[in-house]
Amino acid sequence: MTEGSLITDELRKLIGMSSGPIVSKVEEGAIQRYAQAIGDPNPLYSDPDFAIKTKHGRLLAPPGFTGWPIKAGRPTERLFESLAKAGAPTRGLDGGVEFEFIEPIGASDVLTAKTKIVNIIERETRLGKTMFTTVEATFVNQKGNVVLKSRSILIQF
Amino acid sequence: MAKQIYYEDIEVGTEITPLAKIATTRMLVQWAGASGDFNPLHYDDGFAQAMGVGAPIVHGALKRAWLGQLMTDWIGEQGKLKKLSCQYRGMDYPRKMKTREEPHDGETWWCKGKVTKKYEEGSEYLAECEIWVENGKGEKTTPGSALVALPRRSRK
Repeated sequence: MTEGSLITDELRKLIGMSSGPIVSKVEEGAIQRYAQAIGDPNPLYSDPDFAIKTKHGRLLAPPGFTGWPIKAGRPTERLFESLAKAGAPTRGLDGGVEFEFIEPIGASDVLTAKTKIVNIIERETRLGKTMFTTVEATFVNQKGNVVLKSRSILIQF
Repeated sequence: MAKQIYYEDIEVGTEITPLAKIATTRMLVQWAGASGDFNPLHYDDGFAQAMGVGAPIVHGALKRAWLGQLMTDWIGEQGKLKKLSCQYRGMDYPRKMKTREEPHDGETWWCKGKVTKKYEEGSEYLAECEIWVENGKGEKTTPGSALVALPRRSRK
């Protein structure tokens, strides 16, 4: 460990740590409220009568919606607690996300999420010494199919 | 809904139909409830200051969701959004409310993008796109990329 590095040995040990599975149900009302909050009027997300006549056969979730609350079904929360306990900086920002959409997610799906810390790096930024933690999540539906993969970046400084 | 766009309609450089958004404090409350992200960074002045961002900021995930809408609006019912990524590089500050429904005058955000590559892979007709959210000054606060599959016009 270099002098003054944010990444302590305790933090380094968390690389590879998994969390979950967390199960979340994708509810119709939750989809509708989420689409409203985006301001997306697509009837696939709001009108069950319309959606049922499409190839999807049910209300579809906007990209990235995995049931309420959305933060990867919250297994990430547990990883963040572990980061905090291991001495991570307390100020945090969402750094960004990559999604791979494999199959549609829609109303009444039951998703099982597993999350893993895949990387922790440190860089000097305009915020000072900054730690970037990459968290991967995989979502599997009730049929056993992987429907979504995500990689999120947590910035702490 | 917009008319369907086809693989034959696009070229490298083709612009994605821009989408305007106005972030308001009201919208951030709505987003917090709908997404389940209750981080006070997005509604508490003192907390946001202590976190070093000055004032409550727009949720990165909301801007990401706007970019999702940008893409799904553009590719239409027959298109498929396969990948979407973005980075929250710059802070965005919502407009405050003038009335219960109407925000004060101020910034409008634009979600924009363009095609950077088109190619066939397996049975799919794909387009890679550079996408971003820009603020009222034209600064790209949320750059990203997307990969979509588009339908082809039926062969003659």
